[in-house]
Amino acid sequence: MSSAGARIAITASGVSRHFGELAAVSGVDLSIARGEIFGLVGPDGAGKTTLMRMLAGVLRPDAGSITLDGIDVLADPEAVKPRLSYMPQRFGLYEDLTVAENIFFYAELFGGAPAERRARTAELLEAAGMAPFRRRLAGQLSGGMKQKLGLVCALIHQPSVLLLDEPTTGVDPVSRRDFWAILYNLRESGVTIMFSTAYMDEAERCSRLALMHAGKVRLCDTPARLKQAMPGVLLAVSAPDPRAVRAALAEAPGVLGVLLKGDHVNLRADSTARAGEFAAILGARGIAYTAITPEAPGIEDVFVALTGAQAAS
Amino acid sequence: MNLRRLVAIAYKETLQIWRDPRSLAIALLMPVMQMGLLGYGVSLDIKHVPLCVYDQEQSSLSRQIVDSFTAAQWFRTVAVLGTDRELRAAMDHGSCTAALVIPVGFTRTLFTTGRAELQTVFDATDTNTANVATGYAQGIVAQLDATLNARWQAAHAVSASAAGTVNLSPRVWFNEGLDSRNFIVPGVVAIILALVGSQLTSLTVSREWERGTMEQLISTPVTALELMFGKMTPYFAIGLLDAAFCLAVAAFWFEVPFRGSLFALIVTTALFALVVMGLGYLLSVRIHSQLGASQIALMLTMLPTTMLSGYTFPLDQMPRAVQAVSLIVPARYYVAILRAVFLKGSSLWEMAVPIAALVIYAGLIIRAAARAFRKSLD
Repeated sequence: MSSAGARIAITASGVSRHFGELAAVSGVDLSIARGEIFGLVGPDGAGKTTLMRMLAGVLRPDAGSITLDGIDVLADPEAVKPRLSYMPQRFGLYEDLTVAENIFFYAELFGGAPAERRARTAELLEAAGMAPFRRRLAGQLSGGMKQKLGLVCALIHQPSVLLLDEPTTGVDPVSRRDFWAILYNLRESGVTIMFSTAYMDEAERCSRLALMHAGKVRLCDTPARLKQAMPGVLLAVSAPDPRAVRAALAEAPGVLGVLLKGDHVNLRADSTARAGEFAAILGARGIAYTAITPEAPGIEDVFVALTGAQAAS
Repeated sequence: MNLRRLVAIAYKETLQIWRDPRSLAIALLMPVMQMGLLGYGVSLDIKHVPLCVYDQEQSSLSRQIVDSFTAAQWFRTVAVLGTDRELRAAMDHGSCTAALVIPVGFTRTLFTTGRAELQTVFDATDTNTANVATGYAQGIVAQLDATLNARWQAAHAVSASAAGTVNLSPRVWFNEGLDSRNFIVPGVVAIILALVGSQLTSLTVSREWERGTMEQLISTPVTALELMFGKMTPYFAIGLLDAAFCLAVAAFWFEVPFRGSLFALIVTTALFALVVMGLGYLLSVRIHSQLGASQIALMLTMLPTTMLSGYTFPLDQMPRAVQAVSLIVPARYYVAILRAVFLKGSSLWEMAVPIAALVIYAGLIIRAAARAFRKSLD
């Protein structure tokens, strides 16, 4: 293994997978360094789950190659499994077993000394804020608790690569905070984390991220550079009725894109100098607004600019 | 194969069985129900056949004949008739299945010529009952004949040897009472074990696919063999428990004589349990739905084991093609083994052929089940 190879945790090249006529994933190339928190961002149906499953070795690609920690996943999927933890999108634990029983089961499947297992179980449950729920059946946990239990089970054997498929979907903000605290701690110890999400705000937490749309990775870079790569500038128009603003300005000259953001509208324009023209159009149509100000683009803006699609927010 | 992972799977499965009332109910209640239903409900013995008596003679001998028909439990007099017309009507209405007609002058004819004829009439709409009742009647008359013969010889001072009578003295081995329950109940145990065993394991892998737990499980280092043996171990224990229960009921409640060795019984029962559980597991791996897998397991065990195992329907009476098909029904071998162990007291060596058949069967099914499992979502 070359020294460059040793620093790379996950590579995918030309990975494709079809389901009948549908190309779920087509020609994806990725290279993820050890210790990265890598995000896979895209709307539902973009192919994120299919790609994650192929990386985890539970689904075979039609074409392409995948390596994890330098091991060829397609040639020897079993060799990577001890180093890997995969948390599927659908809750994959046993609802008729308790929290402690689920953890014990996964710990035993991966081996390891009993004393170590006990210490690690206690530590992870503590970090997840789940220590009081050891004896509760997994089926009786809340959505956020279930996801945290999934993470605890995934981490019980100290994997070097962690693959999380939409781990925070349906998770309350408090549990999400615990979740991210655990992930950041892991990164300190050199674990490579790849996760998929449809939440754009979570994408900002990644060291790098890939924007996925219709089975392809459209862009892959750090969040900061992705934002710089967005064509045009962003103007935020705050208004009591943002929908009216969107309707009025969508076709205006200089507007490249419009994104509704709750109490305001993000206009992507060719120049900040257009602010005056937009104010004039709104005034002429009698649409009330409070301010038009330049805004730093978020990942969602970049994503919409690149794909024309609006993801979940 | 890693023993620790196997044990982890077995432990997890045990917890799940314990917490799943449906599995437990199938495992524990089905054998109780079936043992009662089949053990009591199925009997080939025909007793108390309803008999109409039409005694035209009304002599002391004719009354003796009627008494000998009803003395044993085979026939029971339901009507005494006086005319031919009544006989016809009784048979038409089905109020009796058999009729005994003693003609006028029977005694006189017998003692003057040494030959006289009795008539018996049978309703053969149920051919089996008619056949069996005919046999009973012949037996009773033969015995009567022997008694009368002896009396006649004594009266005429002719020695038995001079008359040159040949007597057949039948001896029945292994089931001296010719009690069909002794023959059927061991077969019932085989049927119950086949049904329950295959049902239990047919749910185990399909449940993981259905509940979405398989995706995470196949991302771990667990192997197909660890999964199979781990999952089958607790069910195997339940299956043996059920078998022990059924066999105990057979021996102690239905009082089927047990003449063989307990060791031979345990070894062969474990072997058969392995076959049927392997079959259920194979289906469970192949079919990703609990309902589908258990339905097919039921289909594959219910009819073949009841029809083609020889448990009630004798295999050697079937057409050759059907007999050939029965060779692939594992219950056939286990039924033969159980009867041999219970009634004949056969040793393992004497049952080498059916045991070898089960060993081959178990080997093939376990191999197929292990190979059928794919650690993949494809």
